[in-house]
Amino acid sequence: MATTTTNPTLSAFEESLAALDVELTRTTVDDFAATLDDIVRDPAVGVPLPFDVDYPDSVTVDPTPAAVERATTGVTPASYGIANYGSVVLPSTDSGAELVSLYPELHVPVVHADDILPDLPSALDRFGDAARDDDLSAIVATGPSATADMGDLVLGAHGPKAVHVVMIDE
Amino acid sequence: MATEGPAIEENTKGFNRKRQEAVADLENYEELRTRARAIKEDAIDRLPELVNELRESVEDNGGTLYIADDAEDANRYIRDLAADKDADSVVKSKSMTTEELEVNDALEADGVDVVETDLGEWVVQLADESPSHLIAPAIHRSRESIAELFQEVFDPEDPPKTASELTMFAREKLGARIRDADIGMTGANFITADSGTMALVTSEGNARKCAVTPDTHVAVAGVEKIIPSTDDLSPFLELLARSGTGQDLTAYVSMLTPPVDSPSIDFDDDETPLSELDSDREFHLVLVDNGRMAMREDDQLRETLYCIRCGQCSNSCANFQHIGGHGFGGETYSGGIGTGWEAGIEGLDTAAEFNDFCTGCSRCVNGCPTKIDIPWINTVVRDRINRGEEPDGVDHLVEGLTPDEEPGGLDLGKRLFGNFETLAKLGSATAPVSNWLADAAPARWALERVAGVDARRDLPEFQRETLVEWFENRVATVSDPTREVVLYPDVYTNHVQVERGKAAVRVLEALGVSVRIPSVRSSGRAPLSQGMIATAEDHAHDVYGSLAEHLDAGRDVVVIEPSDIAMFENEYERFLSEKSAERLRDNSYEIMEYVYGLLENGADAGALRGGSGEEVAYHAHCQQRTLGLEAHTVAVLEDLDYDVITSDVECCGMAGSFGYKDTYYELSMDVGDDLAEQFSTPEARDRTVVASGTSCLEQLDALLSRPTTHPVELVAP
Repeated sequence: MATTTTNPTLSAFEESLAALDVELTRTTVDDFAATLDDIVRDPAVGVPLPFDVDYPDSVTVDPTPAAVERATTGVTPASYGIANYGSVVLPSTDSGAELVSLYPELHVPVVHADDILPDLPSALDRFGDAARDDDLSAIVATGPSATADMGDLVLGAHGPKAVHVVMIDE
Repeated sequence: MATEGPAIEENTKGFNRKRQEAVADLENYEELRTRARAIKEDAIDRLPELVNELRESVEDNGGTLYIADDAEDANRYIRDLAADKDADSVVKSKSMTTEELEVNDALEADGVDVVETDLGEWVVQLADESPSHLIAPAIHRSRESIAELFQEVFDPEDPPKTASELTMFAREKLGARIRDADIGMTGANFITADSGTMALVTSEGNARKCAVTPDTHVAVAGVEKIIPSTDDLSPFLELLARSGTGQDLTAYVSMLTPPVDSPSIDFDDDETPLSELDSDREFHLVLVDNGRMAMREDDQLRETLYCIRCGQCSNSCANFQHIGGHGFGGETYSGGIGTGWEAGIEGLDTAAEFNDFCTGCSRCVNGCPTKIDIPWINTVVRDRINRGEEPDGVDHLVEGLTPDEEPGGLDLGKRLFGNFETLAKLGSATAPVSNWLADAAPARWALERVAGVDARRDLPEFQRETLVEWFENRVATVSDPTREVVLYPDVYTNHVQVERGKAAVRVLEALGVSVRIPSVRSSGRAPLSQGMIATAEDHAHDVYGSLAEHLDAGRDVVVIEPSDIAMFENEYERFLSEKSAERLRDNSYEIMEYVYGLLENGADAGALRGGSGEEVAYHAHCQQRTLGLEAHTVAVLEDLDYDVITSDVECCGMAGSFGYKDTYYELSMDVGDDLAEQFSTPEARDRTVVASGTSCLEQLDALLSRPTTHPVELVAP
């Protein structure tokens, strides 16, 4: 859903993702389920999202470990986006977000447009408080996993081969 | 001198080029380096206090912190833990510190199966090799050789060949191991004392899997990896990947505050949803001393602890590009900074095996994210190696006869090159006989046998009349000078390249400047490059003593030899009082930099020899480029209507005396071939060859069959 934006931080985020060859789909709270349904590849799993949205039926929410291992798509929340790098900050939660974002070959991070920050230091500022107060762990993920160890750049080493960011905009 | 082959050269040069582009795009690059340096200085200074704070944070989080005195102590802790957990398999992500400990061998001796899951590390493990680069362990291997290795080890039905097939093959094999492992072991790039968070900078995702799949996570890191706060992470994260491979960020920066909240899992469980699983996890942080706390007390080696292991000093090093980390490295660590690590961790003997590969060219200095003076660390270690050898009876005799401040037992070749000034004085005094004698076959044979001077090299030809003597006997031509300068008679210009000295005088006078050439001792560059620090310092005091009155009189000091202006600009601050070093630095100029300044301030360019479009190929000296002084020469030449192209190799390969040594002659020529190639292309091959450094000019003479000249000779009227 292409929406024009004049917010420079959001534009920078879009451009950075494009440079990484990471797809971005913008949606609304109401359209979220339908949008996600078009993006995920079966079988898909997800963890509960801290946004007021519904999952489509195609996504198994709160899966078993075996279902995570079988899944092709994993949907998890991103606390923040980092505009100048196209990164997403993925919190490691007790609902298993780290596993769901890591094992399936397509990762779909869901981020809110209000949470797109201009740069890494502003994201780390927020992370620092949570790490000190709540022992938070998080991953700053920039594009899919990659390696150049086998003689050429290959996307998809141990982690996801592709990332598709969904941004809730409202 | 064996070199490792084309893969390492291609890969390191690629990293180096991408790094240069990446940092050029980073607006606040220098500010980030300054911050990173300050954070490391503070952290190492307060390390004992930070260890205590970190211990409290880790224990509050529910983890365990163990400080291991040495490798054996660390391995014992990890073995005990494996035994305690009844573990029979460990999966690891890449960690140089565990390479240093040789923890794999220790665990395997107990029957524990250890698998490296970083693809490069896995290749190295399968081939029973050691990493050849700090961040790219299998950088010496081509895709084809990896395919052959997999074929040999696994004999697969459908052998993987392309990079993508090889990666998927490895992913599948290693995925199965990670799934069933009992313990996951990782390194840590940074650990924050305030929260107990460890940052892991990776791309493949294996470190994430190792940390979160098994229930027990052991992180092993050098004690120097602690920084005060999560607020300090961002400059390092913004610099690390850029400095190493030229990426903005790697795919993953894991910021783990373990034990992590992710539920413990068994992938065979198809009954229990993730939310109903407990997080029953254990976390052990093993911080390794192994010589680091002693390095912290060592005023010269301390800087090594600021290293964040980005590999930049390997990638930007012309010698490393040709040798690789197996040759240019010790037990674990490689490249320029490897000398500091190996000297501190393993000892001088190990550092001595590869320390000479650092020629002091300084091309790594401006790209070090924490501003470590890597050539200086190499010089210090060389000095200690020189002094570490017990003198025998003969050396006591030699010691009394040599004009330096060094101990007996010093390698004769080093002593010869280090005392080049004495040799040059003698050479000029007895020229041309000295040149005939030195070039005679028996003398060359003896020089090679005794002092290691390669017989294939042309020796410098000493001039009977030195620049200083010539200058004394002439009449100045400037009556109403705009400025007064002291032209520093560096040892090469004074005794060998006298013509370029005369050219410099003509240029300066033509631009309305009055010139003096007092007799001043050599800068100390020659002894410094041999690790003879006390001798170099002695030179520095004498040079400053001779120049002080001229500085008082408001005269500018102009230097022709780039390696000597680099001494004045950099190393002298280690030898002279702060004020003296600053005065000399602020009033010293490289000759073409000075000409540039004169022209910018209105001097008449028409007084110099214009190029009328003459095509030249210019190679700036390595240290000159580190000082940012290449541009001045290019600007002057272009201003005078020369058509200039420049080389972009890091070093010509000669690097002062390095290429004269028989041990390194072939490596030196191998490095030099890159430059020869650039100056032999259709665009370059008919151009006049111009270079600023004495040793670069000598190397170019050896590499190309056309004459070479210093830029000041080109433009002299």
